[in-house]
Amino acid sequence: MAAILEVSGLTAAFPTPAGPARVLDGVNFQVQDGEILGIVGESGSGKTLTALSVLGLLPAAARVLGGEIVYRGSNLLALDRRAMNRVRGEQMAMIFQNPRSSLNPLYRVETTLAQVLRTHRRLRGDEARRVEIELLADVGLSDPARVLRRFPHELSGGMCQRVMIAYAIASNPRLLIADEPTTALDVTVQLQIIELLARLRQEHGLTLVLITHNLSVVAELCDRVLVMYLGRIVEEAPVLEIFDRPRHPYTVGLLGSRPSVHAGGSLRTIPGQVPDPRERPRGCAFHTRCAFAQELCATDAPLPETVGDNHVVECHFWRELA
Amino acid sequence: MSAAALDTRPALAPRRLARAGRFVRANPVTSVGFAIIGLLIAIALLAPLIAPYGSDQLDASSVLSPPSSTHLFGTGTYGEDIFSRVLYGARYDLLIGFAAVAIGLTLGCSLGAIAGFFADPVDEIIMRVMDMISAFPAFVLAMGIAGALGPSLRNLIVAIALVNVPVYARLMRGSFLVVKRSQYATAAVGVGAPPWRILRWHLLPNTWSPIFVQATLQFGYAILDAAGLSFIGLGIRVPTPEWGVMVSLGIEQVITGQWWVSFFPGLAIAIAVMGFNLVGDGLRDLLDPRRS
Repeated sequence: MAAILEVSGLTAAFPTPAGPARVLDGVNFQVQDGEILGIVGESGSGKTLTALSVLGLLPAAARVLGGEIVYRGSNLLALDRRAMNRVRGEQMAMIFQNPRSSLNPLYRVETTLAQVLRTHRRLRGDEARRVEIELLADVGLSDPARVLRRFPHELSGGMCQRVMIAYAIASNPRLLIADEPTTALDVTVQLQIIELLARLRQEHGLTLVLITHNLSVVAELCDRVLVMYLGRIVEEAPVLEIFDRPRHPYTVGLLGSRPSVHAGGSLRTIPGQVPDPRERPRGCAFHTRCAFAQELCATDAPLPETVGDNHVVECHFWRELA
Repeated sequence: MSAAALDTRPALAPRRLARAGRFVRANPVTSVGFAIIGLLIAIALLAPLIAPYGSDQLDASSVLSPPSSTHLFGTGTYGEDIFSRVLYGARYDLLIGFAAVAIGLTLGCSLGAIAGFFADPVDEIIMRVMDMISAFPAFVLAMGIAGALGPSLRNLIVAIALVNVPVYARLMRGSFLVVKRSQYATAAVGVGAPPWRILRWHLLPNTWSPIFVQATLQFGYAILDAAGLSFIGLGIRVPTPEWGVMVSLGIEQVITGQWWVSFFPGLAIAIAVMGFNLVGDGLRDLLDPRRS
C-alpha cells in the first residue's frame, strides 16, 4: 500500500491576546491508500483541527505556521484556492459530528445534493436526479425519492448523517474524513453508520480517516490508530497492537478509562485536564498528568521511537511501561 | 387516500379561508398588524375614489368646523377636508416609508455583507464609518441631512434612508459572521463549493429573516421620522397632504380648541407605526425556520 496522504511537521496556532496558542505542534502521519485510520484523543487534543487543516477548512483566525500536507504528490498548503476547491469534493471530503447542522436548513435534500453534482460532475436535470436517488440508496436510505423532498429538520439524526455522507461522497472522493460521525447519534444508529462507512470503503475503495473518542468504534473499524495529545501524535500503531500493547502512558490511560460491564467499581480516569495550549508544558506535554513522569519528562521532549511493527511512541520511559 | 376521502375535503377556497382563520386565531396580534397595513395600502391606492373631497379642495363656507357628517374629521384653517387629506396622506407616508427602507436596506445590507464576508481591514473601515453615522442621534442627523439638501420629498427619503444605513449594516454583518462559521457553510466548502456559491446559496439566504423583521419595524419608524421632519418644516412643504405637515398645520389651533386639525393626521401616524411594529414583532417569530 502506498501513502495517499502525508502530513509532516504540521504546526498551527490561534493568535490570542496572551500570545499564540499552538494547537497543532508538529503533527506527522501518513494515510495509506484504502485503509481506515483512527485518530483518538480527548477534546482539545487537536484531532478535529488536524482534519480541518488537511481540507484547508481551518477557521479564519488560525494560522498554519509550518509543515506540509502532501496529497498524492502535491502539497495542499501550496495550492491556490481554485485548485484546492477541486481537491475538496473530488479528491477528499469530510463529514461532521452534528449531522443536522451540517446541512443547510433552507434547502431540501435534493437541492443540497444537486449543488455538488452540478459543481463537480456537471450533472443536471433527470441525470442528476437519477444519481441523487442512487446516492441515497447507497447510503442505506430506504425511500430515496421521499427523502429527496425532505428538509433537514424533517429527518432524524441518523438520516441526516446518511444524507451528509451521500453529500460527501457525491463527487467520488478517494479520501473521506469523518469527524466523530456517530457521537451525536443514538447508540443503535451509531452501529448502522459505522457499518455503512465500512461498506462504503469496500464498495467505493474509499480511504477513511475516522476521528473519534469512542474506542469501541476504533476497535470495530480501524486498521491503524493515531493517539493525539495537545497537538502532537504521541503514539501510532496498528489497531490490535494499540489494544494489546499500548506503550504511551496516555494511551494506557485512555484504554483504562473505558467503562466496562465486568470491572465493577468506579470508572478510572486520567487525572487533571488537557492543559491550555498557550501554556504548553515544557518537555513532554503529558508529564503534568502522567503517573510515570520523572524529572527528565519535565525538561526534554521525547523523540518518536519505533517500538514494534509500525508502532511508534513518543515517551522516554515506554520500556518501563511494557 | 381514497377518492371518497378526497371528496369530503372542502373546496380550495374554503380551505384557504380555514387556514387563514387558523392563522388569525394563532396570531391575533400579528393579524391586526397585517389588517392595518392592508387597510392603509388600500386607502393609499383608492384615495381618489373614497375621499369625499379633493386633497386641495377648499370649502370657504366651513373653516375650522368640527367633525360632522359632511366633514367626518372636520375642516382646517382654509376649509380643507381633514378626512380626505388623511386618506390622501397614506399615499405620501407609505411611499416615503417604502422608498426610505428600500434604499437604506439595499445600501446597509450591501455594506454589512461586504464587511462580514471580507475580513479586516475592509470590515474595520466600513464598520467604523457606520459607528460615526450612528454616533449622531438619528433624528438630529436626519434633520441635518434634510436641511442641507433642502426640503423636498426626494431629499426627505434620502435623509431617512441614510440615517438607517448603519442599522442594516450592523445587522447584516452580525448575521453574516454567524452563518459564515456555521457547519453547513464549512461542509459546503468541504465538498468544494466555490466561494460565490457559498455566498449565494449558504450565506445570504440565511441572513435574510432578521433583516426582513428589521425592515418591517423600520418602515414604521421611517414614517414617524418623515412626519417629524415635515412637522418642523424640513420635509414636505405645506399644501401636500402628508400627515406630519398636517399635524403642524393644526398645531396652533389645538390651543384654541380646534383639536381635530392635528389630531386625526396624528392618529393616522400612530396607527400606521403601530401596524408595522405589530407585523415586525410577529414576523420575528414566524420566520424562524425551525418553527414548523
